[in-house]
Amino acid sequence: MSDTPAGGPEDAPRPRRTYLDAGSSEPLRPVARDTLVAALDEGWADPLRLHSEGRRARLLYDNAREVVAAELGCRADEVSFPPSGTIAVHTGLSGLLQRRRPRLIHSAVEHSSVLHTAEHYAASGGERVSVGVARDGRVEVDAFTDELGRADGGPAVVAVQAANLESGALHPVEEIAAACAEADTPWFVDAAAVVGRLAMPTGWSVAAASAHKWGGPAGVGVLAVRRGAGWRAATVADERLDPRSPGYENIPAILAAAAALQDMSTGAAERADRQRELTEQLRMRIAAIPDVDLIGPSEERLPHVVAGSFLYVDGEVLVTELDRLGFAAASGSACTASSLEPSHVLAAMGVLTHGNVRISLTVDTTAEDLDAFVAALTDVVAATRERLGPL
Amino acid sequence: MSEATVDVTLDCTGQRCPLPVIKLAQAILSVPIGGVVRLLADDPAALADVPAWCRMRDQELLAVDRPDDGPATFDVRRR
Repeated sequence: MSDTPAGGPEDAPRPRRTYLDAGSSEPLRPVARDTLVAALDEGWADPLRLHSEGRRARLLYDNAREVVAAELGCRADEVSFPPSGTIAVHTGLSGLLQRRRPRLIHSAVEHSSVLHTAEHYAASGGERVSVGVARDGRVEVDAFTDELGRADGGPAVVAVQAANLESGALHPVEEIAAACAEADTPWFVDAAAVVGRLAMPTGWSVAAASAHKWGGPAGVGVLAVRRGAGWRAATVADERLDPRSPGYENIPAILAAAAALQDMSTGAAERADRQRELTEQLRMRIAAIPDVDLIGPSEERLPHVVAGSFLYVDGEVLVTELDRLGFAAASGSACTASSLEPSHVLAAMGVLTHGNVRISLTVDTTAEDLDAFVAALTDVVAATRERLGPL
Repeated sequence: MSEATVDVTLDCTGQRCPLPVIKLAQAILSVPIGGVVRLLADDPAALADVPAWCRMRDQELLAVDRPDDGPATFDVRRR
């Protein structure tokens, strides 16, 4: 018998893959995989039971909660682990809308889970206000201050994300926190883009995040509700460990998520500096390609995200061709979505929505990876346009 | 809609991004400087992309009309 793999020796080697879509999901950290495998053996029992197996599972859960709480800057008993970031947002934000039926004031570039919650609230008679953003995708604090100061406004809740994963924009969270504190208004922050990467904002009432964005496993959301936030469950609760996230806890995945977060947070500042340098170069080189709308702020931006839209190029063709050449990137163009609508983020910014590509660096992305990517991108864009004739 | 005299009318209803913008870019070359192209498009992306194209290619967006029923109309003057 030979060791020839299935398919035979004549098969061409698979092309090298370069994954540049950490904004959608950071690859699972090795330590998270090891922790997950170990915890499947150690943390499977019901943590509510008083036997040794149950108490062991409970200990792992409590450890994970402590780790995540320390990262978020809150108390352990304020942290929940819903089964996704989306459910964390739905639960966290709708829980702030139960008392006093406040006006929900949110930015136009929030994650769709926030917008869906707002639509659901409006459908039940709640009032929502969507506040636009600048061309660079950053929210403008004055617009929120004006809304909060409206004489006829009544109670309000503000939803502003820490940063946007499509534009890379970092929002002015300190000013948002101050404006909310001044108006005695709860602030809901979707922090999925920054947890494990940049300093967690302070001054929020409720926060949400998602483990797979920081190299943890899928299926672990994070919801943090500060005491005194005025949060009340919008749906059915239970009597398990955490009434904010009913159901049997996935302790192995939760522990793996915490291990990944600890891993990502170690040296996060140095990694952010390195990624900022890489993406600064990448932005300059993408800007040098003709007829591109470079997206997002040049300074106040996520270190690992770059996006641009190429005139006359079909976003689906762009992503498919890049994939064929070995590069995984995302796009906010309508033709890459399940609907006819382009990304609401790009539309709100007033930037070009077709021919969009979003590159987001993983922990392991190198300058060489980006050199090869830029060469491929330049070729794909040029080849697509060449077919169109002079424009 | 704008009062401008329209030189070329381009019906891109039923076409998806980026086709309406490509057709607009081609049509603008067919009118003299100061000439106006009227684009009809029902692709939702055109509402963002036609103004963005005008900004990027330094063309003048005279007017946008978006009726509740039927395609949006864009009048663009060649600079």
